[in-house]
Amino acid sequence: MGIFDYFKSKSQPSSASVAKDRLQIIVAHERSKRQQPDYLPQMQQEIIDVIRKYVQVDSKDVQIQLENIEDCSVLELNVTLPDQ
Amino acid sequence: MAKIIVVTSGKGGVGKTTSSAALGTGIALKGHKTVIIDFDVGLRNLDLIMGCERRVVYDFVNVINKEATLNQALIKDKRTDGLYILPASQTRDKDALTLEGVDAVLKELAEEFDYIICDSPAGIERGAQMALYFADVAVVVTNPEVSSVRDSDRILGILQSKSRRAERGDAPIEEHLLITRYHPERVSAGEMLSVEDVEEILAIPLIGVIPESESVLKASNQGTPVILETESEAGLAYTDAVDRLMGEERPMRFLDVQRKGFFKRLLGG
Repeated sequence: MGIFDYFKSKSQPSSASVAKDRLQIIVAHERSKRQQPDYLPQMQQEIIDVIRKYVQVDSKDVQIQLENIEDCSVLELNVTLPDQ
Repeated sequence: MAKIIVVTSGKGGVGKTTSSAALGTGIALKGHKTVIIDFDVGLRNLDLIMGCERRVVYDFVNVINKEATLNQALIKDKRTDGLYILPASQTRDKDALTLEGVDAVLKELAEEFDYIICDSPAGIERGAQMALYFADVAVVVTNPEVSSVRDSDRILGILQSKSRRAERGDAPIEEHLLITRYHPERVSAGEMLSVEDVEEILAIPLIGVIPESESVLKASNQGTPVILETESEAGLAYTDAVDRLMGEERPMRFLDVQRKGFFKRLLGG
């Protein structure tokens, strides 16, 4: 870094720290998908179909997540019901 | 029992072949009988890096197809005792490598060699999967750059799910991180991910950091593994990495910016 660079604005985060933040997010996202069992997408579709038999919901209003916390797996199902 | 080491990365151009050549040579220099296998079918390059391209007669696929014996295909390195190269085939047939064929060749090699280095092709397709399937140890070569780090993480997922050890439920593949093309100056200027950043994201033990160095290109121009360049930082960093791979403790070198003189700093040179 020379004397000329010194006067440039220093307020922005360094590009390396931007890279690190982006990587941490994408890697965590991809890892969580990797640990999903193969049957999850199909199960997700079938659950959505069952809910649709009773309530008209959009598939984006149904969120299914499988979380592994130590040796315990939690299947989380979130359904946003439409307004009456 | 021979140890099978895969040198892999996902992304291309990060230094897999350079690292395979360097690590293989370094292990052989320690007195272990070593063979380096080029798994990059159709894009053979290990022979060039090792400087034996004019001595290739038979290749890996010839051996699998029983068109040649292993002894006919193995090339003895002229510089390093106890080091052999098994070149890749230049065929365009993507299915030339079969799991049974690779298994049979590795078994035969294991009777004679202490270390088998598998130089993986880029990508996550057949060749790369074959190279890592039988591995005991993986060296994941990563550049401090977003796409390389992400691809390395992807390869780690494959090592943990698609390898023979994973399928059999054996002890998992021992994973090691090798960071290459590292610029301490750019890291200190905040322009490049640091060793700590990459370690934190990938969360596997670090086996070495190879600084960006002119000697890597010079060595490949001449067909010499860069580890033999004992004057160069990259060569020394590879020697350290081999020592660590063999379980020895070595402090990390070449991670800090070399101090510049007052005028150079003033002028930003």
